Amino acid sequence: MSQSEGKTTSAAHPGNRSYLTVWGALVLLTALTVTMASLDLGALAIAAVLTIAAVKSSLVLFYFMHLRYERRLLIRLLMPIVLATLAIFIGLTYTDILYR
Amino acid sequence: MSDTHASTGASPESLRFQEERGKVGMWLFICTEVLLFGGLFLLYSVYRYKHHVDFHAASSDLSRFAGTLNTIVLITSSLTAALAVHALGEGAVDRAKLFLRVTILFGLTFLVVKSFEWGAKFEHGLYPNAPVLLGMPKGQILFFGLYFSMTGLHAVHVIVGMSIFGWVLGHLGSTVTPSKPVVLENATLFWHLVDVIWIFLFPLFYLIS
Amino acid sequence: MSETASRGFDDGGPFYSATMKHPGIWGWLTSTNHKRIGMLYLALIGTFFSSAMVLGVIMRIALFSPGMHFLSAQTYNSLFTLHGIIMIFLVVIPIIPTIFGNFALPMLIGANDMAFPRLNLFTWYLYLAGAVLAFISVFTNGGAPDTGWTFYVPFSLKTSVNVPLATFAVFVLGMSSILTGINIVTTVHQLRAPGMTFFKMPLSVWGLYSTAWVQILATPIIGITMLLILVERIFGIGVFDPTKGGDPLLYQHLFWIYSHPAVYIMILPAMGVISDLFPVFSHKNVFGYKMIAFSSLAIASVGSLVWGHHMYVSGQSDTAGIIFSFLTFLVAVPSAIKVFNWLATMYKGSIRVEPPFLFALTFVFLFTIGGLTGLFIGALAVDVQLHDTYFIVGHFHYIIFGGTGFGAFAALHYWFPKMTGRMPAKRPAILGWFISFVGFNLFYFPFLIMGWMGMPRRYADYLPKFTGLQRFASIGAYIMVVGLVIIIGNLLRSRRHGEIAPANPWGGATLEWSLPSPAPLENWEEPPEVTRGPYEFTDPEEGTR
Repeated sequence: MSQSEGKTTSAAHPGNRSYLTVWGALVLLTALTVTMASLDLGALAIAAVLTIAAVKSSLVLFYFMHLRYERRLLIRLLMPIVLATLAIFIGLTYTDILYR
Repeated sequence: MSDTHASTGASPESLRFQEERGKVGMWLFICTEVLLFGGLFLLYSVYRYKHHVDFHAASSDLSRFAGTLNTIVLITSSLTAALAVHALGEGAVDRAKLFLRVTILFGLTFLVVKSFEWGAKFEHGLYPNAPVLLGMPKGQILFFGLYFSMTGLHAVHVIVGMSIFGWVLGHLGSTVTPSKPVVLENATLFWHLVDVIWIFLFPLFYLIS
Repeated sequence: MSETASRGFDDGGPFYSATMKHPGIWGWLTSTNHKRIGMLYLALIGTFFSSAMVLGVIMRIALFSPGMHFLSAQTYNSLFTLHGIIMIFLVVIPIIPTIFGNFALPMLIGANDMAFPRLNLFTWYLYLAGAVLAFISVFTNGGAPDTGWTFYVPFSLKTSVNVPLATFAVFVLGMSSILTGINIVTTVHQLRAPGMTFFKMPLSVWGLYSTAWVQILATPIIGITMLLILVERIFGIGVFDPTKGGDPLLYQHLFWIYSHPAVYIMILPAMGVISDLFPVFSHKNVFGYKMIAFSSLAIASVGSLVWGHHMYVSGQSDTAGIIFSFLTFLVAVPSAIKVFNWLATMYKGSIRVEPPFLFALTFVFLFTIGGLTGLFIGALAVDVQLHDTYFIVGHFHYIIFGGTGFGAFAALHYWFPKMTGRMPAKRPAILGWFISFVGFNLFYFPFLIMGWMGMPRRYADYLPKFTGLQRFASIGAYIMVVGLVIIIGNLLRSRRHGEIAPANPWGGATLEWSLPSPAPLENWEEPPEVTRGPYEFTDPEEGTR
């Protein structure tokens, strides 16, 4: 069983340097989001911090969890399906909350 | 004895087939975990909408320093977990074991920081059904109710993730190998999910004051 | 043609008597073989169905006359709660995916087992654990829950009975369901035989597949909801408690976000089975294969958008009510499409009157009545009168019992030869079917009338004006039970005394009928090559007897 066997189970594979770069970006984004939260942005604050959270999650999903290199359509569609499902659950609940 | 014939073959083709199945199954499981927390996020969303002033006020009671520290800890643990998978893929089993041990250590650090945080809250009388808490505005009671439930459920997942890694450590080199890495990959998928959930919990609880 | 000879290897005999690693009962309890696990589930589900049925009969006896006779109101409340919990979580949700999904799915797609055989066995143990926990909850810490299977707050938070253990049992059962769903989706995606594209799969597989997605996406919500009840009761976090700012209606939202899709988990697999049966017993290709397949997906998706129709009178906003009502009417469309397609399949077909088909036909009849009554209560204004009355109870028994229940009986009779190697005796089967069908309607149709007249559900007593209809319904129930006993007794007896079954007694064209009856432990040495569709019949005489 040669060691190159391990590489056949996944397609292109980020190297150690890519992982470190992603980690650096995540730390920077964390610093950014903490800074933004201490500024007085009012209503924009929650939008900004959530956007940054979404970007950070995407980095983890695409690089650490290899979604960027994932060939199977089923796996690539899963997060969109789950997020759409959650959005619908929350959205339809709001048709009640907002109009009571 | 009852696996498909594809799995009883030893060829790389059938092995990859079996590993792929494991990956698909794990991703489906990850979906269910997102939805499990999703129910709590639904509650958070509605209660924040109804009591956003109280939520802002309550959030200032949390230690932003502890939250940020824990965020960095988890992000770094995700890095070391990914490095463990990469090491195994290169055949460096010992390096993979090292990275896994570091990851578990980071997980432990997270839990220690969290327990200090919770301890501080308890000391100030900020725990569910505490008289101090019940005397506060309703939105703040809900904030802390959600805070303890969501970070509590998250902490349970951290413990589970660490336990799984502990188990994998015991099998690295024997049943989890460079040519059969899917168990380690799946374990790290779970861990990254734990990280992603925290990436959302952090701003929602610590950064909205 | 000898089945064994054509298979080219020694198949070790029927799956139920093959030599396992461990002897006797341990061979069953440790087996990861999909057929054996299917039988393990059948054993448990059959037991729980019978016990919940007994609880139902006790209720019907108690309700034979107005006035409280031998049951206190508290006991009555626990009876309908337990009847609901057992029937919903232990019987109707798992019944077709875990028994027939496990037993037949791998064969239907030309595989040798499910994607995760060990996980499969684990789901059975989880299921057993959930059942044991529910059972223990009846005898400990205040006794059986009395909240209804819906555990509505604030009552479920205050009542002194064993809500925590019961809700935890539901949580565990939910985990079992989720893992089964994951197993089914992965199996369908990864293990289909060469040549079996998605559109060559039997429609029963489409049914199981759509259901599995609902299991995966919706069940976690009941998981977190049950955990929240626990956490509320133990720690008082306040999310459902108005004194702490919580909103009890949010509980209902979370509860029904799962529990409405749950009814599609119940019905979709049954519809799938029916979709397989109509072509076989009409010996004709199904009408509108793709429409039925897409309808399964449509029901699964649109059905996840309608939960608020359980909450029209709970204090929900009118806006939400209108939106949910509109979506509820939409979801009726794909179901109707299926009914039309099934009936159109019969047209100019060569009809074989056999027990599985009789159950399938009555499925359509009863499901249609149940579905039409659903339209009544889907309408906002009408539901104001009918909510929480016997009309609702009649509606869901028609759909769930008439639908999934009779669908399960259809599946059981259909795959019986594959499970046991024998045919279910025809005359007793038809007798049992007929008696239970008549009894069912005598039982539940009066419910629709009584509901309209204002009879509330979950009441231990009633006004004298309902006496006639209540008695009529009770007698119908007893008749139905006689029919069910005949059906079940006949199946049990036919295991040993039924006519020996050939490999393909019904003339089906799906892959399981190319295997011997009873099925062996291992299905195929090499995966079969699939060239034709699941309902392409070649021999006009096949399946007649």
